[in-house]
Amino acid sequence: MTVAIAGAAESDLGVTGRSIMELQTQAVTGALADAGLGLADVDGLATAGVSRFSATQVADYLGIRPSWSDSTFAGGSAFEMYVARAAQAIEAGQCTTVLISYGSDQRSARSRSLAGVLEPHTPEAEFEAPYGPLYPISYYAMAAQRYLHVHGAGREDLAEVAVAAREWALLNPRAYRHGAGPLTVEDVLASPMVSSPLTVADCCLVTDGGGAIVLTSLERARDLRRPPVVVLGYGEATTHTGMATADDLLRPGSIESGRRAFAMAGLRPRDVDVAQLYDSFTITVLLTLEALGFCGPGEAGDLVRSRALPYNTNGGGLSYCHPGMYGLLLLVEAVRQLRGECGPRQVAGAEIALAHGTGGIFSTHATVLLGADR
Amino acid sequence: MTPWWAAAGEGRLLLQRCRACGHLQHYPRALCTACGGTDLGWQESAGRGVVDSFTVVHRAPSPGHRPPYVVARVRLDEGPILLTNLVGDAGWHCDQRVRLAWRALDDGRRLPVFEKE
Repeated sequence: MTVAIAGAAESDLGVTGRSIMELQTQAVTGALADAGLGLADVDGLATAGVSRFSATQVADYLGIRPSWSDSTFAGGSAFEMYVARAAQAIEAGQCTTVLISYGSDQRSARSRSLAGVLEPHTPEAEFEAPYGPLYPISYYAMAAQRYLHVHGAGREDLAEVAVAAREWALLNPRAYRHGAGPLTVEDVLASPMVSSPLTVADCCLVTDGGGAIVLTSLERARDLRRPPVVVLGYGEATTHTGMATADDLLRPGSIESGRRAFAMAGLRPRDVDVAQLYDSFTITVLLTLEALGFCGPGEAGDLVRSRALPYNTNGGGLSYCHPGMYGLLLLVEAVRQLRGECGPRQVAGAEIALAHGTGGIFSTHATVLLGADR
Repeated sequence: MTPWWAAAGEGRLLLQRCRACGHLQHYPRALCTACGGTDLGWQESAGRGVVDSFTVVHRAPSPGHRPPYVVARVRLDEGPILLTNLVGDAGWHCDQRVRLAWRALDDGRRLPVFEKE
């Protein structure tokens, strides 16, 4: 059975003054209305970042009793993982209609910490925290430093990623930086250093926000309100939590997640019309472009400068919205591009979209390939 | 105190060694990640290695850290990688050779750090 995304929505974004549950509710009701469905139709629920019992908590709040749920906690890639799990659950007959939702009030609640969240019993707390790394940025900073060293790249290669993100944000009225005007490479280089070589402008935003999507069988989705977006393939990889575990900082698990997703879909990187790549930091984009096969090692700087591949068309985590975990919003933008409803930022004739989530410190990786139903 | 921290207190950096396959690993675990064996011992590191990568931290994650300081991944000559600090003045770059040094923590533990070789 083929599964499709039948509805998608964002909640309020930015500095909202709303609670996690209010943002979840906005996203859920928006996505269901988009699909032309109601809460009574929902028998599957996946979400994270609410509480220890995230899916259960949201089910309680919405007043539903789903026959399938998932709260896999894998940082920003969890939502791409949920697409895979949801497709499998629908194919297996465990449920028919899955909501994947997210909401965060981290900006309004001022709940983000530079130290990250480290449980005291973990090896990282014992062997890494004494050295004072910022979590997660110092890990990405070390990956960036290694990238510059190995490929003879410059900080301007990183900066260009932030510049490109801003260009898209200027076309998206919902983007946090929509009214901020263009960003230049010089702006990024002159931004305050946080964990070298990454500056404030190399880091994603800290905002509130949320979103939701609705999945059901393609057959049923064809009878619903909006054009279906077909789940063509998915793949994931779980690699490490420690900052010293990965042997090669420049070979993240997205190499494997991407290969698995492309193999399942029977597609290649050149078939992708538009990509939504988790851009927690500028280096995340360079390494993800290379890992997914859009270019070779060390070539991502040139690929970004060329603007040849449309990616992060909403402005990304760098200039649109980054509510702690951004993975759900990658899927929302991919759906909208395939439905052709993106206005000035629409990629003409987009039929194949890729969404790639990254969680933690390049810890978890999940790739989803989506297609228009044509 | 675990053997690893006890040795650190004496200025010795221990790596865990699998008695079945000889694999060396850090941090210490209850099994060998190479062969799954659970018969593990210790080997003292010679304390030499290279900077795999590093970052100068400009903001403190918590009280007690005074930026700027250097966080690094050091690849020991024996193989395992440690997260650590680089100390002393140097124009740090990746693949630079470093040697073991020690820093006392406020709680009495000693922490392995690295300096320019």
